[in-house]
Amino acid sequence: MNVTRGFTGRPRVPHPGLPPGQYDAGEDWPVLSAEVTPDLAPADWSFRIDGLVERPHTWNWDAAHALPASAYDGDIHCVTGWSKFGVRFGGVSLDAFFAVVRPHVSATHVVAASHTGYTTNLPLADVTGGRAWIVWEYDGRPLPSEHGGPARLVVPHLYFWKSAKWIAGLTLLDHDEPGFWEGNGYHGRGNPWEEQRYSGD
Amino acid sequence: MTDTVTTTGTAPAHPRARPTGSGAPATRFAVPGRISVSEQAATVWQTAMLTRIRRETPHAATFRLAVPEWAGHLPGQHLMLRLTAPDGYVAQRHYSIASAPDGSGHIELTLDRVPDGEVSGWFHTVARPGDTVEVRGPLSGFFAWPGDRPALLLGAGSGVVPLMSMVRHRRGRGLTVPLRMLVSARSPEELIYSAELGEETTTVFTRSAPQGVPVGRMTAAHVAPLLAEQPPGGWEAYVCGSNGFAEHASRLLVAAGQPVDRIRIERFG
Ligand SMILES: Cc1cc2nc3c(=O)[nH]c(=O)nc-3n(C[C@H](O)[C@H](O)[C@H](O)COP(=O)(O)OP(=O)(O)OC[C@H]3O[C@@H](n4cnc5c(N)ncnc54)[C@H](O)[C@@H]3O)c2cc1C
Repeated sequence: MNVTRGFTGRPRVPHPGLPPGQYDAGEDWPVLSAEVTPDLAPADWSFRIDGLVERPHTWNWDAAHALPASAYDGDIHCVTGWSKFGVRFGGVSLDAFFAVVRPHVSATHVVAASHTGYTTNLPLADVTGGRAWIVWEYDGRPLPSEHGGPARLVVPHLYFWKSAKWIAGLTLLDHDEPGFWEGNGYHGRGNPWEEQRYSGD
Repeated sequence: MTDTVTTTGTAPAHPRARPTGSGAPATRFAVPGRISVSEQAATVWQTAMLTRIRRETPHAATFRLAVPEWAGHLPGQHLMLRLTAPDGYVAQRHYSIASAPDGSGHIELTLDRVPDGEVSGWFHTVARPGDTVEVRGPLSGFFAWPGDRPALLLGAGSGVVPLMSMVRHRRGRGLTVPLRMLVSARSPEELIYSAELGEETTTVFTRSAPQGVPVGRMTAAHVAPLLAEQPPGGWEAYVCGSNGFAEHASRLLVAAGQPVDRIRIERFG
């Protein structure tokens, strides 16, 4: 351990929901996207799943809203160090979309792409089984554009860069393919409980 | 050092990974292409020794660190820095690298003093030469400028830090590639690196300015003349500062005709 002379730090507030190296951002919700926030109207939004599926499908705003509603109530963790507790996102579970396209047994990974061209890769197992959502509401209100509105992916058990903003689609693959930050040195999976921030962690 | 660097220009981030025929308006918005850098150094924590502290403004100071094993960086990149308390408690933050890559085994960071800031507070009140901290990096090739393309830099407050690395790099290497910087500060006293800014820089003061100099936010009128002088190949724009500034400045650029896929943004949160 490399103790820094004279550094004591903030009073320790033990929080079982706080992964290692993270702090509680409280009311703050920092924005860290690397591109210009797109001016994307709900009417121009679409979401497609293709690749290794039986029936590739594209949903528009109304068709996506016709699927059974589902919400995530819980915490989110950003790789830059902040965590946010007790957030509520409203949308549809990805399972409902997968039920329509029917993933092929050979599919192991997905690449999520934004309407900006931003991409991020995830194991298929991380976005099925009630662990991932397409959301358009935050705290009961429309999701603000700088936070990914009109609709974003939310995969709350992984660092939040995996939760692609302005989500445009998922492509199912039989192998892993690095996305935008993963190709820029970030970890392939990004599990906050194992502090998988950068490749090699 | 720059020889570990390869750039892939402004090609789409990952064309193969894009859902094909997704019905998405593929060209209206876009992330700029990758600038890929060597990643070996990023995961290793290294001890950095503080060698010098230089006051820049009443609220900002530059901290020079000796990092003997530093692998080199590109202007615009940042690092992760951590402080450790005697009980093992760790605070880690990201900081942009202010110095140009110079192979000296030293790097410089410039920190704003954030009220009650855990890490910046330690630097501004406790730190003295001889102290050690830990760093890992450099990180993120996305906001890097290899010096290979015309650069239009927009920053506010401490957002000027990674941009200054680019300005210093261009000067230090005697590069002739066009570079312009537009920086916003509250007042001349709060303008970081003011003595070092040259002809490439235009300043905007938001709270107070010398007599005869206008006071106010960055506007379209500041951006338009820069976009009017289009260098061959066009500008690669780099925007850095608070999220509020990043949103404002990037909108000004888009409105003035700068292509969205040639705007790189570093938000300090
Ligand atoms: C890529 C990047 C590059 C950056 N480059 C620079 C730079 O060059 N120069 C510079 O001055 N800054 C830079 N920053 C900002 C820097 O990382 C820190 O956020 C800043 O120094 C404040 O840290 P602090 O510990 O002093 O303040 P903190 O103690 O972190 O307080 C600042 C904010 O942190 C939040 N916070 C709340 N509770 C806690 C808690 N328990 N622990 C920690 N934080 C809490 C609050 O939002 C608070 O307002 C950069 C940020 C990023 C993301």
